[in-house]
Amino acid sequence: MVNEVIKAEGLTKIFNKNLVAVDHVSFNVEDGEIFGFLGPNGAGKTTTIKMLTTVLRPTEGRAFVMGYDVVKQASNVRKVIGVVPQEYTADEDLTGYENIMLCADLYGVPRDVARKRAHELLELVELTRFKDKKVETYSGGMRRRLELACGLINRPKILFLDEPTLGLDVQTRAAIWDYIRRLKEEYNMTIFMTTHYLEEADALCDRIAIIDYGKIVALDSPSNLKNSLGGDIITLTIKENIDVSDIIRSVDNVKYVRYEGGAYRIKAESGEITAPLIIEALRRKGYTVVKLFLSKPTLDEVYLEYTGRRMRDTEESMDSFIRYRITMRRARAR
Amino acid sequence: MSVVGESSPSLLRGLWALTVRELKKWLSDPVMVVMFVLQPLIWMGLLGKSMNINALFSSRGISNMPALIPVPGVYLVPPSQGIIYINSTLLQQIFSNIGSEIVQNTFGVADYFSYMAVGMISMIVVMTSTFSGVSIVWDRRLGFLDKVLSTPVPRASIIFSKILNAFLRAVFQATVILALAYMLGLRLNPNFTLINMLGIYAAIFLVSVGLSSIFLAFSIRATRMERPMQFINLIMMPLMFASNTFFPVDLMPVWLQVIVRINPLTYLTDALRQLTILQLDLIKLLWDFTCLAAFATTLAVIGIVLSWRYLTA
Repeated sequence: MVNEVIKAEGLTKIFNKNLVAVDHVSFNVEDGEIFGFLGPNGAGKTTTIKMLTTVLRPTEGRAFVMGYDVVKQASNVRKVIGVVPQEYTADEDLTGYENIMLCADLYGVPRDVARKRAHELLELVELTRFKDKKVETYSGGMRRRLELACGLINRPKILFLDEPTLGLDVQTRAAIWDYIRRLKEEYNMTIFMTTHYLEEADALCDRIAIIDYGKIVALDSPSNLKNSLGGDIITLTIKENIDVSDIIRSVDNVKYVRYEGGAYRIKAESGEITAPLIIEALRRKGYTVVKLFLSKPTLDEVYLEYTGRRMRDTEESMDSFIRYRITMRRARAR
Repeated sequence: MSVVGESSPSLLRGLWALTVRELKKWLSDPVMVVMFVLQPLIWMGLLGKSMNINALFSSRGISNMPALIPVPGVYLVPPSQGIIYINSTLLQQIFSNIGSEIVQNTFGVADYFSYMAVGMISMIVVMTSTFSGVSIVWDRRLGFLDKVLSTPVPRASIIFSKILNAFLRAVFQATVILALAYMLGLRLNPNFTLINMLGIYAAIFLVSVGLSSIFLAFSIRATRMERPMQFINLIMMPLMFASNTFFPVDLMPVWLQVIVRINPLTYLTDALRQLTILQLDLIKLLWDFTCLAAFATTLAVIGIVLSWRYLTA
């Protein structure tokens, strides 16, 4: 029995002999987990997915999916995976149902099985009502759901999702997350996904690999990654206008105190236990806390820690990318 | 637990599914279908009917012709010179007859429209075949190709679906245009039967296989539509004029004849004319088919091998 459903060893892709898109990446994905690749546009996420799904041939290194080599046993790999690409690849001139059946034909799913399964999947992604409408009439969220259904027609052991909510609004995004969780439960799959949305990685993934310039810079569960930053952030303000940094510093678990803009910014382990201790210590010395915020570290901070950049800085390039995609879609819609 | 390896992708099923997709896409936009048929139809109508070559020789263009035309002549008995008079109606009749004879001898048929209309059929076959190959650029750009490549469908299905699609569309359009031309006055040869029609389809098959596969190989590496489209624009007109589409080869300068004779369009057009409007010359037809087959095999082999390499590497 394969425990590691995906195994990458020094996986590398170099385009045109000098552009290193993926740089000696190694990781294992375990059975049944949702594994996420987090990073900005151009970090090498899609290239990695394309190598794992046999669309691109690695320049160096090896990868195994369900124990099959992605280069030497590509056709076996293709049979056991489902792929939901970043683009909307469903054909706009065909109906939702026709698109699913086209996928079934490509996978060679027996016709009668495919028909039954197509209805089941359409039901699951709540598109039954629209199944005989042309895809050009679908909204972005509906298209994404259709792509999900297409990727599942062959009952894959592993589902690859490339930016599953790219360009969708916040509400639709949350709905897609729901579908992904439901699909995973229903079919007991392993999911490999890429995203540049921190909340998405946080909400969905069991483990995350942060990828930057083609390299994995951190790999762990979201909570471990956040804990690795060394605790929570407590921000407090006192009534008196006196520097109490030393008192705060003397409290157990406090790692670091800085006074900025009228407030103390404190880094501490287990903030929910430490915060009352700080209040108590200050009260004993006669100071009154008037405001206190406790914040758990976010993935954004994790990202900053490992890459030296804020994820938000990369959002702008993502926006222009989305705009390009919308233009493409219009061009296609004639 | 889902069943692993239950899918059994097959060449034919994949081929059929992808071909049906293309045909559905094509037919879902009737405007495009009509425009594609309209273009050669307009060419046919305007060029075929406006270039009224038969009228050139009918002296219809000469107005105010006197009833009797004076001509310097020679009396043989007794030998002397002087002016003779010819009845102009008779003269026109003579010119007309000579004109028809010239048209018949030049084009092989008594009217230019029929000659030209068949040329248009081969033009549409060439255009449809090249466009079908080039359409892979869109598939690639929209991510459809990558998705198909991530499925276990045999790679050959992808290549053959483009070729089959080119053939089916070309057959459809050629049939429509032939029917329209017939209504507009194309004179079919009296021995025209269903077998001729099958012959036409066979010729179309060879050309569409050759052209669509070579253009598929060209465009499969292109990331944008502009380059292949520009290339088609560049070659389409010369390809048409450097062939027998509009004019017979024998009357062209020798250097041009060389080009015309390596242009596959020439053999397609000649084969189609043999099968529709001309008195069938079996030797010529066989030669046309031999050339077309050689051309199709060469281009198809190169095209399929190059595309195959790209898709599997």
